[in-house]
Amino acid sequence: MDHAPLPLEAGHQWHRIRRMTAWLLALWFLSTFFFVYFARELDHIHLFGWPIPFYMAAQGMLLIYLAIVVIYMRRMRRIEQLVRREQGE
Amino acid sequence: MESNQDFFRRLCRYYGLYTLGFIAFLCVLAILEREGMPRSWIGYLFLFVTIGLYAAIGVVCRTSDVPEYYVAGRRVPPLFNGMATAADWISAATFISLAGGLYLQGFDGLAYILGWTGGYCLVALLIAPYLRKFGQYTIPDFLAARYPGRRGGHGANLIRILAVAATILISFTYVVAQIYGVGLITSRFTGIDFSIGIFLGLASILVCSFLGGMRAITWTQVAQYIIILFAYLIPVIWLSAKHTTVPVPPVAYGAVLPKLTAIEHRLEDDPKEKEIRQIFQARADDYEQRLKTLPQSWVDGRIEAQNHTEEVRRNTHASLAEIKAASRLLSSYPKSPDEAERKWSEARAANLARAQPPVSQTEPFPGRDRESSEIKRNNFLALVFCLMLGTAALPHILMRYYTTPTVAGARVSVFWTLFFIMLIYLTVPALAVLVKYDIYTSLVGSSYSHLPDWVYYWANMDKINPLVSITDLNHDGLVQLGEISMDGDIIVLAMPEIAGLPYFVSGLVAAGGLAAALSTADGLLLTISNALSHDIYYKVVDPSASSQKRVTISKLLLLVVALLAAYAASLKPGDILSMVGAAFSLAASTLFPVLVLGVFWKRANQPGAIAGILCGFLMCVYYMLHTTPTFGGSATGQWFHIASISAGIFGVPVGMAAMVIVSLLTPPPDEATMALIDHIRTP
Repeated sequence: MDHAPLPLEAGHQWHRIRRMTAWLLALWFLSTFFFVYFARELDHIHLFGWPIPFYMAAQGMLLIYLAIVVIYMRRMRRIEQLVRREQGE
Repeated sequence: MESNQDFFRRLCRYYGLYTLGFIAFLCVLAILEREGMPRSWIGYLFLFVTIGLYAAIGVVCRTSDVPEYYVAGRRVPPLFNGMATAADWISAATFISLAGGLYLQGFDGLAYILGWTGGYCLVALLIAPYLRKFGQYTIPDFLAARYPGRRGGHGANLIRILAVAATILISFTYVVAQIYGVGLITSRFTGIDFSIGIFLGLASILVCSFLGGMRAITWTQVAQYIIILFAYLIPVIWLSAKHTTVPVPPVAYGAVLPKLTAIEHRLEDDPKEKEIRQIFQARADDYEQRLKTLPQSWVDGRIEAQNHTEEVRRNTHASLAEIKAASRLLSSYPKSPDEAERKWSEARAANLARAQPPVSQTEPFPGRDRESSEIKRNNFLALVFCLMLGTAALPHILMRYYTTPTVAGARVSVFWTLFFIMLIYLTVPALAVLVKYDIYTSLVGSSYSHLPDWVYYWANMDKINPLVSITDLNHDGLVQLGEISMDGDIIVLAMPEIAGLPYFVSGLVAAGGLAAALSTADGLLLTISNALSHDIYYKVVDPSASSQKRVTISKLLLLVVALLAAYAASLKPGDILSMVGAAFSLAASTLFPVLVLGVFWKRANQPGAIAGILCGFLMCVYYMLHTTPTFGGSATGQWFHIASISAGIFGVPVGMAAMVIVSLLTPPPDEATMALIDHIRTP
């Protein structure tokens, strides 16, 4: 069995963290996979001079990765504050 | 003890002053160059001033305190830890070869950009915060605590030793490549001997890490990052202002891309270019013919070469150079039919490659037919995921997240790492495109009597393997694209000259490349010596050692490992770059499953972890040996046409599966381990 012998609140937070991690990883994987796998089909669409697949692989994906890390960082900060408050009470 | 906030402010002040000082140094050099200081002096100044600076930081930060030596006292502010990690990450290969790869391979080269940044999502989400919460010193520390044996004792040591072995294997190939890079850069820019260059670089690495461990390395790496940033951005910004209206390269090069694509299309159908390609095709056909008629062709060829040499020697009008060329031809002639087969196959492949039309910069996965294009795409995906998973399992990067003051600090620090890496990486494609545009417009089509200076300079730098060579194959006096043969590294090394910048900027680029190689080597050497001293000596051999003794042993081992690495690099191993590529697959296959499942799957136990490490490693190594010709394999043994560099794409699933199956077949971990996991998981 995979149940944590923890107070309910902390275990609950862990589920939240795990769910968020899964969502962000799905975003990470699917966006990378999509733009590479369909690169040839998207190649004729241009944006300010860049073909979409080239732009995404050279720059766009990097910005998405940074966004993923930022979202995680901010939401974890909030969860951490919640845990601190629960422990303080 | 000052507060973290004050410490942060003090650091900002120091590095602000340092940056201003560095700018002043550049200005002084610019003036000196204008006043007529010779090129080699500028090269020496850059070399000795930067190396002296790193050594000085090492002396200032010297320490023998255990937490200071291993994890910089755990008080590195996230922003500075991010900068240091970025410098740790940006290796000689990234700085010098990445842009060249993009230039030569077009879209395929982007796999490295994606892989080496996307991996930080995994570091941030799956590993760094949990390691920091655990809060010890090394990666084997974490694995040994997470997977203790049933009765304690030997079991925990076994997993620790396996983790140490993996760490050393991965880091050592990597550090040899960095030291090799140091030798190349110093010898190319100052003309001093390759091995002297290696030992100069080594001296600076040693003064720094020997005296101050992680503490000195961290503060040196921040200083090195600032130099890397200047060195990479200044020439590209200049180039971007030259070819577009916007001096922000990542934004500006979009305007150049359509023009570049138009030129590529024109060159593809240009009759003169086609003529050159036919010359190479004919040479390739000639080798093909000779390969078919082996061993007779080898005998004939040797007799012909001997006759030719005799003839030249007998000819009284032949110049010394002609005689030398003839005898060199004879001495380099294959010694046996087997050698002839290998050499001629290589020559055929090289000529065939040059008989192809130029690679399109932006077209994804060009191929003769749908199938070959699909193979390229699958390899691209496999390589991207191997590099990402490998990034998330490289011990010298993960170790840095032990140094932040808090768990939240570790998360913020991953953000800063990715941010500072991206400052460089966003510019890399811009650099490749802008240099390509410059070469296609100003060099291609120009006359052989007016070749730019940088071509002469770099063609004569290394006579045996010239970085650039241009030969008038069809004798029309004009440069065709097909006549230019370039090594990827020259894109960055010669960029300032291509952009028409003064020589001191070239010196700056060399200093940047040196900083990139040294900073990575610093981190790697410390990782290896810590694994040996902390994990093997202190935890396994002599757990009662005093802290003074631990640090001393660590310093001694650092010296030994550094000398070994320098010796290995001075042998100039040819396949060093492919070995670094292999290090990522190895790291992914051996360490990634145990690290991630250790946090996210409570049921994972010690036998499972051992099986995971071993099976992942064996799978990865087997596939590499099986598909690499130098190790006796062959490309026909590939599964799904995946190249051997992406062996991790098979190694990771096998390692994961072995870990899950063996864990489920053996008893679950004990209460203490469960409590440890809960502790790590609580933010």
